[in-house]
Amino acid sequence: MNFAVLQFPASNCDQDAIYAVRALGHSAHYVWHKENSLGNADAVIVPGGFSYGDYLRCGAIARFSPVMQAVKQFADNGGIVLGVCNGFQVLTEAGLLPGALVRNRDLQFHCEHIFLKTATTDSLFTNQIPAGKILRVPIAHGEGCYFADDATLEKLKTNNQILWQYCDATGNLTDKSNPNGALLNIAGICNERRNVAGLMPHPERACEPILGSDDGKLIFESIFAALQNKATAKAA
Amino acid sequence: MKAKIIVTPKKAVVDPQGKTVQTALEQMGHRGIKAVHVGKYLEIELDGDKESARKSLDEACHKFLSNPVIEDYKLEIE
Repeated sequence: MNFAVLQFPASNCDQDAIYAVRALGHSAHYVWHKENSLGNADAVIVPGGFSYGDYLRCGAIARFSPVMQAVKQFADNGGIVLGVCNGFQVLTEAGLLPGALVRNRDLQFHCEHIFLKTATTDSLFTNQIPAGKILRVPIAHGEGCYFADDATLEKLKTNNQILWQYCDATGNLTDKSNPNGALLNIAGICNERRNVAGLMPHPERACEPILGSDDGKLIFESIFAALQNKATAKAA
Repeated sequence: MKAKIIVTPKKAVVDPQGKTVQTALEQMGHRGIKAVHVGKYLEIELDGDKESARKSLDEACHKFLSNPVIEDYKLEIE
């Protein structure tokens, strides 16, 4: 499988994303923000960083870049898109995911490992995560507090669009385990069509035991499995 | 001609910056402060007629300069 990893000015997790995909046995290539095409991509990763210096709002300028028009079209055609950290912010600004990410409630930049509960394994991004498994992955953000109005939150719940929530080591959704004040402890969601997802934590930084955790690879393996299913269905 | 745009967080969105500034003001002895909201101020210098400037900047505010999910804006042209 071939992954397109976007590069905006001040993206800084693009290399980690490329490394993770390749280390897990698949191909990946960079796509510069001025490109109009994603190349021969089976899936897209919008990586973390501080695109365009986070000027105005995180992700606000990146969403108007030429490459994001290609991503929008790719997503509209059912393509798989994963946004990590700043990538999640870009996808919400672009309207590909509902809600917004605002300043952490304690105003501090959080750089630490946290625990994640997978709210549903029924998605292209979570299907390989064993039921009940608590993931330990790093976060590194100052503006990761998920916000959406009540109607949107209800919709997310009804449609099973909440994918990951911050929890403690045993899987309880507590306020203490919520690093940024996100509503409903939301760490990651998908769109209604379930082909676009975003999360604040960094699975690409947790794909090898030497990094302290390889739980993040379960998210990549879920995407690989989804792409494999798609390819098999197409061939049949 | 000059456009002045004020962007503020929506009331439903927690504004930790505003809360922190409020606490600091109270600690400095300022009394009677009910709430503080920290937003952004943009000043745009432009040519053309006022009405079409208002129309195009209003669209820019809605699509780009503010995020309607979390922010409100006020546009003034002088």
